Amino acid sequence: MGIPLDLILIQTVNGIVTGMILALVASGLTLIFGIMDVVNFAHGELFMLGAYFGVLVLAATGSFWVALVVATLMVALLGAVLQVTTLRPLIGRDPLMTILTTFGISLVLQNYALWQFGPVARKISEPVTGHFPLFYLEYPVYRLVIALLSAAIIGALWLFLKFGKYGIWIRATMQDRVMAQAMGIPVPWVYTAVFAIGAGMAAASGVLFGPMVGVHHAMGLDWILRAFIVVVVGGMGSLGGSVAAAIFISLLEAYASIWVSPAQAAIVSFVVLILTLLFRPTGLFVPTPK
Amino acid sequence: MSAPAAEALVEVEAIHTHYGKSHILDGVSLRVGPGEVVGLLGRNGVGKSTTLKTIMGLVRPSQGQVRLEGELITGLPPHHLARLGIGYVPEDRRIFRLLTVMENLRTGLDRAGVAEARKQALLQKVYDYFPVLAERRSQPGGTLSGGEQQMLAIARAMMLEPKIILLDEPTEGLMPRMVSQISEIIRVLRREHVAILLVEQNVPLTLAVSERVYFMEKGTIRYHAAAAELHAGDAVVQQYLGI
Amino acid sequence: MMKRHATLYWSGFSVVVALLALAPLVLPEYWRRFLTEILVWGLLAMSSDILIGYTGMVSFGHSAFFGLGVYGAAAALLTVKPPSLWLAIVYGLVGAGAVALFVAYFSTRLRDIYFAITTLIFSQIFYVIIFTWTEVTGGENGLTFRKPALAIPGLFSIPFDTRTLHWFVLAVVALSYLLLRRITQSPFGMVLQSIRENEARTRAIGYPVERYKIAAVMLSGLFAGLAGVLYAIQKSFAAPDFVFFVTSGQTVIHNVMGGIGTLVGPIVGAGFFLLLHEVLSRFLTEYYLIPVGIIFIAMVIFMPQGLLGFARRWLNR
Repeated sequence: MGIPLDLILIQTVNGIVTGMILALVASGLTLIFGIMDVVNFAHGELFMLGAYFGVLVLAATGSFWVALVVATLMVALLGAVLQVTTLRPLIGRDPLMTILTTFGISLVLQNYALWQFGPVARKISEPVTGHFPLFYLEYPVYRLVIALLSAAIIGALWLFLKFGKYGIWIRATMQDRVMAQAMGIPVPWVYTAVFAIGAGMAAASGVLFGPMVGVHHAMGLDWILRAFIVVVVGGMGSLGGSVAAAIFISLLEAYASIWVSPAQAAIVSFVVLILTLLFRPTGLFVPTPK
Repeated sequence: MSAPAAEALVEVEAIHTHYGKSHILDGVSLRVGPGEVVGLLGRNGVGKSTTLKTIMGLVRPSQGQVRLEGELITGLPPHHLARLGIGYVPEDRRIFRLLTVMENLRTGLDRAGVAEARKQALLQKVYDYFPVLAERRSQPGGTLSGGEQQMLAIARAMMLEPKIILLDEPTEGLMPRMVSQISEIIRVLRREHVAILLVEQNVPLTLAVSERVYFMEKGTIRYHAAAAELHAGDAVVQQYLGI
Repeated sequence: MMKRHATLYWSGFSVVVALLALAPLVLPEYWRRFLTEILVWGLLAMSSDILIGYTGMVSFGHSAFFGLGVYGAAAALLTVKPPSLWLAIVYGLVGAGAVALFVAYFSTRLRDIYFAITTLIFSQIFYVIIFTWTEVTGGENGLTFRKPALAIPGLFSIPFDTRTLHWFVLAVVALSYLLLRRITQSPFGMVLQSIRENEARTRAIGYPVERYKIAAVMLSGLFAGLAGVLYAIQKSFAAPDFVFFVTSGQTVIHNVMGGIGTLVGPIVGAGFFLLLHEVLSRFLTEYYLIPVGIIFIAMVIFMPQGLLGFARRWLNR
């Protein structure tokens, strides 16, 4: 059977595009877990709210880019408020409680969206139209824009963590919460900031992804599951690992869907997860700890 | 024994702490004057580290108070205390292993309200005192030797420009050559008018650098004397530190 | 003193069971079914408590065990004629047991948070499989079937109506409760609790912790599957919705609201949650989950011992 080379190349592009968005969602999740030890079940809903706020701001201002920025900030602020009211009281308690709380938050946010926006899906129109020829396809330029922007945001995050003053605070807190405090770093606020950043990233992904699918209250559910798989496969807390895992899994799924339906191609990520758990449970893309 | 300093810098009043059902600190009181070096000696497990942790806000006392310059600080979060001027150098150093030496120092250096010029001067001063750290400034903390890590831990605390540094067993696990370096570092801190509350098991070092010494046993202070009046071989020393 | 405690306990138990048995005689049809449903969800929550409350393993995988119980029962009732209740139970338990074994094998080696996430992902895997394997499972539309009769071939056959079904479910749940109570108070149960308290120490003492954990997951999975079978019989249909991870999430909510580690607590929690749902949905139609979610979050923060734990403290004053 001849391997359809052009199909493979097209799917490579698709895989990378989806992979970058997934990476953006997963990085926020892994950041929150790595630094605060919180498994944020509400992450998918923050993604969804980002998309909805994007719809609203777009309608009000007519500019996609303004919508992207404003929606990100709004959800980041919401994230900060949520962390201070519901997660801060739980610091030091059984981690089970934070899992439950974020699950509760996800329920509330999902139903809030349903209540406010109704069950009918909304649409965000692409900010950049136009296609370019990729083999026999007219490939939407917008998809490349999403991939590039996601990469840029993740890159910006990495730079912030590596060089900024607050980046050092965050990294110090991640390594040794107690000594970070002893050095004057206000750890409770670092946690709030990290949660807000993670939430903002989820929101940005939601807005970016909006034009590709409809915006509806349950859109977070698909993504949260894939994001969790990516985070486990990539190594919990590892930013680079999440990005690598996201692209890896998306590529595999894209290739698989040449031969099977997309719903079945999802099995690929499950298989990768199972293999990871069996052979390298700390993560495929992190060096095995000594 | 001379009268304690009229205006204490740090005052610990009858602290009791518990861990679950165990009564770790059973009424500890001590004071450290401004710029004073005070030793806290005792066997393993008597509660010396816990006393330091309580002062630093890492452990909450069930009873008693801690004061800094007369103000109550019991129950304040550690990051607040660090900014008020208490530096903490724990047992086993606990530097940030994945951060570079420079980044380790920056965690204490990047404080609000400090001019850039002063930060640079502070950094330079520390590099002058610890040339090894200057050499290794871009290396991850985890790659430093034990002695170098100890220096980094102390230098990091100095970045806070503290009024007092709580030093927990700085010579533990270090080679004799390094021990005398610690001694020298303590003298440097003295010159900078930084008070030190030194927890140690190394008696000669402690007696050499401290002005006063407390002896602890089973969660309380049992004896208190000026260092000048004590010698390592004294009966009282043997009583609280001997096997 | 111990004896008095035991008598108090058993009289309390009998009173509750008697009340639950009499209820269908006085309640209207709708509420009879409601009560039966509380019992089924209660059984599911109780099974989850074995893991969360007694072994200290938070699982979001119960929707898979439950779902396999539902579909297993459906398989029996659709493929074997005449539809047999007992066969449905067997098929359901086997299905749930197989899934539990699978989940147990992978998950028991992981620590808390990883375990929770992995069980979540696994339960979703089963959801996807059930959803997409349309030929076998009916996909999105599910499967419908007739209720079997409560029958012992050759002896008697009683068709299920809301009352008889309720009594059957009550009997199964009560027996399950007694059985689980026995197990949790046995040496096996003590080891599980010791794992919850301090896994490292339990291992150091010499217990094969992994094997105990696998056993706990299997036990939990079997009873969750049983709940699934009961649910299938009550509803007369099987749908992928039951296997969606929200079912797992709601189960955990029941556990926490009722009080983990108490066996009875989760049943109370399920009742409380379903009642809240019922009451609030009258006023707020679809958005009842918003206040329920907020109440849940508030309970996690302020009442982590759950309703039962709270009541216990209040009674001890």
